[in-house]
Amino acid sequence: MKNALGRELPEKIGSYKVRPYSGTYENDAVNRCVVSNRKPTLRPASGTKLLPTLEDAIKATGLKSGMTISFHHCFREGDKIISQVLTAVRNLGIKDLRFAPSAVVNIKNPSIVEFVKDGTITRIEASGIRGELGDAVLDGLMEEPVILRPHGARPRAIESGDLMIDVAFIGASASDDYGNCTGQIGPNACGSLGYAFVDAYNAAQVVVITDNLVEYPCNPVSISQQYVDYVVKVDEIGDPAKIGAGAARMTKNPRDLMIAKRTADAIAASRRFVEGFSFQTGAGAIAIATTIYLSERMEEKGIKASFSLGGTTSNIIDMYKKGQVRVVACSQSFDAVAARAIAENEGVIEIDNAVYSNPYQKGCMLDKLNFGILGALEVDTDFNINILTGSSGEMMAGLGGGPDVADGADISIVTLPVVRGRTPSIVPRVFTLCTPGTSVAMVVTEAGIALNPKHKYYEELKEDMQAAGIKLTAIEELCKLALSITGVPKPIETTDKVAAVIEYRDGTVIDVIHQIKRK
Amino acid sequence: MEIKKTASAGTLESSDVMVTVSPNPEGGLKVSIDSPVLALYEEQMRKAVTDAAADAGVKDAEIALNDHGAIDCVIRARVMAALCRGAEEAYDWAKEDKEA
Repeated sequence: MKNALGRELPEKIGSYKVRPYSGTYENDAVNRCVVSNRKPTLRPASGTKLLPTLEDAIKATGLKSGMTISFHHCFREGDKIISQVLTAVRNLGIKDLRFAPSAVVNIKNPSIVEFVKDGTITRIEASGIRGELGDAVLDGLMEEPVILRPHGARPRAIESGDLMIDVAFIGASASDDYGNCTGQIGPNACGSLGYAFVDAYNAAQVVVITDNLVEYPCNPVSISQQYVDYVVKVDEIGDPAKIGAGAARMTKNPRDLMIAKRTADAIAASRRFVEGFSFQTGAGAIAIATTIYLSERMEEKGIKASFSLGGTTSNIIDMYKKGQVRVVACSQSFDAVAARAIAENEGVIEIDNAVYSNPYQKGCMLDKLNFGILGALEVDTDFNINILTGSSGEMMAGLGGGPDVADGADISIVTLPVVRGRTPSIVPRVFTLCTPGTSVAMVVTEAGIALNPKHKYYEELKEDMQAAGIKLTAIEELCKLALSITGVPKPIETTDKVAAVIEYRDGTVIDVIHQIKRK
Repeated sequence: MEIKKTASAGTLESSDVMVTVSPNPEGGLKVSIDSPVLALYEEQMRKAVTDAAADAGVKDAEIALNDHGAIDCVIRARVMAALCRGAEEAYDWAKEDKEA
């Protein structure tokens, strides 16, 4: 069968039943009560929550083969929790787990691939499976397809019962012995624990893992003791250099700077760029440069933003300190400066990822967002976005909040160069469809800006851009230009086996990724 | 043009290609390509190499590409430069002018 975006989908993939994307937010979750695995507990039975080792904690939770475990990815590439827990699980002989972190970053030594190969993990659900695991999955590593969901869809999947978590392992850079914990302070501070809240609220058992046990009560508190069953102190929860190196520097790549400048100019040309506007930029090189240029445009016009949203970088904190942003709402902290900023600044706040992006609740902050900047690997002439797979069918990135921001923001802007190396980024048809084109307002490249005629604010944007003297081009022209530079690539060959399923915000299937045929 | 020695041109930067040429005692052109985009562009890349060799009048050579996403005009230029170096000949910069 085909979904509303013309993607061919099987009816069933292993035990996964496909509901095709229709573009209308089809999910009967709205008619049901929230489902949770959380159990009322009459105080901790043994009087203490603090257990000596991970093995002890895993045994205490009663984790068994076939269950579902979860993690957050707030420590990013510096995470040392996931591999410690999986090693302990393996040592206890527990197998056949559903591994459901908010995202898989590139964890090495040991790699997640080894835990799949030895049968510890047999199913994976996440927002992305970057690195070694992603490539292995696309080469057919798993029997069951990996389910990929954008950030906004995970809380809905958990609360609707699609993803019931048995044990959540929550890394924290500070915790007391009763489970009050946070990522804001401590030697391995990661900043916002945004992704961990929904796990803490809904898992059957919650284990907090820290390397920094503080005196009771821990302050500040992100996740409260009332949700936490056990606490374990380990030697190291992360590598601070990889959790968030210092402030990201402004790129020197003239092409990226040009795209960033054009993006800031386009935002400044919009009638929505007024006192109290809101924005989300992100962490890529172009996004950071855009933030810096945007700050200049705001200064020139003498306006301030009411809030910035999502993953936060030091550049946003700079803007806050200059009084340019009233509230910095962090669902994630991308660098060490942003990580520390929550504890140090009243207006820099930690928010639950569900508050940021889940459409299935009584309103998320994305509903109030004016401008959202998106990165992409590919955009096609229907403005559909691929943020997962690279030119040769390798897993390059995760969905992140991309599909959520595109749909939530009034004006969503994709920033990318027309070609990268010999890979065209504006193509006739994206290899993997992650974000529907109808939710994308504008594409900004070094070769021109294209507006999406099918976007709800097309007329308004066209008028505003023309009034500001910003030259527009058609997406088809950008595509033609890209292919004239690179040549037309041969299509990536795949097998019939579905390696990964891409769900949209509502849980319907927007696309699948087939196993890649390698020579 | 006859390839007398091993020579190379280009860099390992993104969007460039490092071309190494050497004499082929077995005769003919032997082209090997290592590239992240080989599956997508192999035919076009091979054609760029053989076109440049034909242009230079080279019939016998081993040509190895260590590619990092170079487009065809870059491949042709780097192959040509490597062939000239391997043949110990200077490129005739006036050639295109004469053709025009």
